[in-house]
Amino acid sequence: MSASSDEPILRVEGLRKNYGSRAVCDGISFDLWPGEVLAVVGESGAGKTSLLKCLSGQTPIDAGHAFYRNAKGREIDIAASDETLLKRLQRTEWGLIHQNPRDGLRFGVSAGANVGERLMALGARHYGNIRHEAGDWLQRLEISGDRIDDLPSKFSGGMQQRLQIARNLVTKPRLVFMDEPTGGLDVSVQARLLDLLRVLVRDLGLAAVLVTHDLAVARLLGDRLLVMKDGKAVELGLVDQVLDDPQTPYAQLLVSSVLQI
Amino acid sequence: MIEGYNFAYLDEQTKRMIRRALLKAVAIPGYQVPFASREMPLPYGWGTGGIQVTAAIVGRSDVLKVIDQGADDTTNAVSIRRLFANTTDVATTERTQDATIIQTRHRIPETPLREGQIMVFQVPIPEPLRWLEPREAETRRMHAHADYSVMHVKLYEDVARYGHIATGYDYPVVVDGRYLMKPSPIPKFDNPKLDRSPALMLFGAGREKRIYAVPPYTAVRSLDFEDHPFRIEKWDESCALCGATDSFLDEIVVDDRNKRMFVCSDSDYCQTRRAHGHGPATDSQEAAE
Amino acid sequence: MYVAVKGGAKAIEASHALLDQARRGDPATPELALAQIASQLTLSVDRVMAEGSLYDRELAALAVKQARGDLVEAIFLLRAYRTTLPRLAESLPVDTDAMRPIRRISAAYKDLPGGQMLGPTFDYTHRLLDFALAAEGKRKTVEPVAAEPQADCPRALDILDREGLIEKVAESDASPPDLTRDPLQFPAERALRLQNLARGDEGFLLALGYSTQRGYSSTHPFAGEIRIGDVDVEIVPEELGFAVCIGEIRVTECEMINQFQGSRDLPAQFTRGYGLVFGEGERKAMAMALVDRSLRAGELGEERTSPAQDEEFVLSHADNVEASGFVQHLKLPHYVDFQSELNLIRRIRADQTREAAE
Repeated sequence: MSASSDEPILRVEGLRKNYGSRAVCDGISFDLWPGEVLAVVGESGAGKTSLLKCLSGQTPIDAGHAFYRNAKGREIDIAASDETLLKRLQRTEWGLIHQNPRDGLRFGVSAGANVGERLMALGARHYGNIRHEAGDWLQRLEISGDRIDDLPSKFSGGMQQRLQIARNLVTKPRLVFMDEPTGGLDVSVQARLLDLLRVLVRDLGLAAVLVTHDLAVARLLGDRLLVMKDGKAVELGLVDQVLDDPQTPYAQLLVSSVLQI
Repeated sequence: MIEGYNFAYLDEQTKRMIRRALLKAVAIPGYQVPFASREMPLPYGWGTGGIQVTAAIVGRSDVLKVIDQGADDTTNAVSIRRLFANTTDVATTERTQDATIIQTRHRIPETPLREGQIMVFQVPIPEPLRWLEPREAETRRMHAHADYSVMHVKLYEDVARYGHIATGYDYPVVVDGRYLMKPSPIPKFDNPKLDRSPALMLFGAGREKRIYAVPPYTAVRSLDFEDHPFRIEKWDESCALCGATDSFLDEIVVDDRNKRMFVCSDSDYCQTRRAHGHGPATDSQEAAE
Repeated sequence: MYVAVKGGAKAIEASHALLDQARRGDPATPELALAQIASQLTLSVDRVMAEGSLYDRELAALAVKQARGDLVEAIFLLRAYRTTLPRLAESLPVDTDAMRPIRRISAAYKDLPGGQMLGPTFDYTHRLLDFALAAEGKRKTVEPVAAEPQADCPRALDILDREGLIEKVAESDASPPDLTRDPLQFPAERALRLQNLARGDEGFLLALGYSTQRGYSSTHPFAGEIRIGDVDVEIVPEELGFAVCIGEIRVTECEMINQFQGSRDLPAQFTRGYGLVFGEGERKAMAMALVDRSLRAGELGEERTSPAQDEEFVLSHADNVEASGFVQHLKLPHYVDFQSELNLIRRIRADQTREAAE
């Protein structure tokens, strides 16, 4: 990758998002570095998912900026980019993992096609190679190669989520947005998926923004932690630091798990 | 000419509106231009788009050829040709090389087209993404972003399931490296004739109210995979009338014991070859089993 | 030698002659005159005018006659003729407040200013075949009542409006979009939707409206007011600068009152569904009003779950001239496409057989 690692891959400055007259994100600023995972935590309604949608170009930013440094090292202002550019980033340099696999998969076509789609969007036109690579990625996500022609609807919830991850990682994105990736799963399935994600993120050196309400998930996957409340950033720091020694009263409450989140 | 109607049925304002849409279509090859399609005296689905395009461009000095399934004497071709004969008095022909405008349903003539000729295609469903995404608002967005991955996914699924790209006609193409386009339900056999053709190709969809075009000498590529390349239909047989081995053949069942014979779908091509002394190949006299 | 079975001019001509003969029927019976159709098959003529989008009783009667009574075919004939007509002027919106009604009912109020007026209706008839009609000459006469504008005949919905119990009509002086001049595009605003529905197939709208009453997006409708009568058509000629009446047309108008839960910001109030068609077309106007209301789901913040709420589905399939043509185009030859499919299926099967053998 030509972008140097001593510059942030994502710079967020005073980001604001309104719903009606209410700000659901207000004055959010942070830098994300290549290979770093930022976990965003807070109770529901804190603005986590809105922030993720703003950063990943799924909804317009109302004020402030978010600069993405692309593979060529150029900074792109997400707030000022048109839909075409954002769509292209979404299917090339970015990954987008939804809580509900239905939002991130095509349920009408096979697992192989789901994974192959991003390769084809990048111009791959050799069926054998596409299928081979799709099969590889299914196996990396612990999905047996003989399921490649099955429809996602025949998969368990955990497998669907792993398929969604394979579909995103097959083109080696530089930045991945994850919204409660283990949200709807049983505890045992969650643990396995988290383990798998942790290994992949480290191996591929992915930068990621991870939204979760689960502090255990944040501790396992995150490098740094952003605590949000009522649309504002309350505390930002290294995960262990914030979780072991929270500075603000709200973060203290959150960590002590007094809050229902 | 029948009384009480304007030249070529439509009024001049309507023709101008259609010509403006045509100009836009030519300027943006493969892009579907919405136009205010009118009710025509023929039913929707029977060529109203092609008829409106022809009506908008036909002039008194034009020579018109109308084909359906490759032939000039199929009922719908006869009916459309008669409509123009009744409302324009322009000369009509069955000879491809003599025509200035060729309105067609489902075929491109075998005789190579030349500069100055215009093909007018009747289009039932103009949207190549329609079976993959039913919503117009969504498909228009996909075209705007050149986001055609659903179409590639479909081709992938075909190969995974059947070992082939399972499309025989109306085979999707990319025009000038940009817009995904349906070539109308011509057999894929005819797709290569679209590529860099010296003739102007106009497409009219009346019921769906869209016009699109491929200007002369424009690149038209049929979608495929490197290891499953686009291939056209081939026959082991030759035409039972003219012996042609390079034309699209219709299969005719000649008795109730599955005896079949094959003849050119392009009746003018077949006729011309016979007039030049070509006949059935000796080894295809017997119809295939 | 093989001779192509492809048809030809002769066959078409013979077919047309047969059609003409079939239309005429037994020459021993008198031929139908247009005046008979226009004055005795009035509701057929009305439907053809409504869905043909051309108010001309004589031409519609001709279309019914020429189409052998097939109304969808007659609608098609009228539309194709209408295509060739120049547009000389655009009328002002018709004022249905000033309608000279022959029928006016409200199902929401037992009595209301202006009263209930049944007019000529099949309602409350017993559907018993009347064999006396088979013999000619039977006729009931009533004292004619002059159809006059009723100054004291306010709209039923205005009564609710004055109490603030029903949503305001969004008024606008903007020219509505014109389906006959611009292609249908999505999303479609309400004026465009209503225009599409007014031309739409009665059977299709009836089935969709019916589906909303059976749980597929219920809108809790009440027939607030249905009126049938004559309205003036006015235009403003450029050289005059003021409105002149150029004639009158009969229309049927239906205003539905629908329930609406309201929201945190909006007090609970009734909402509206609207239907208007040429001629006497009560069934169509009511179905149209139901579908209009269902299509407003997005605007009113309702979840879209049913076909009648789906704008693209409804508007793209409502036109029976389009639908009839495309369904019936399957009769046209598809030899070439079919040949391609034959080739493909044979090749796939041959490959499978070979693979199985290997």
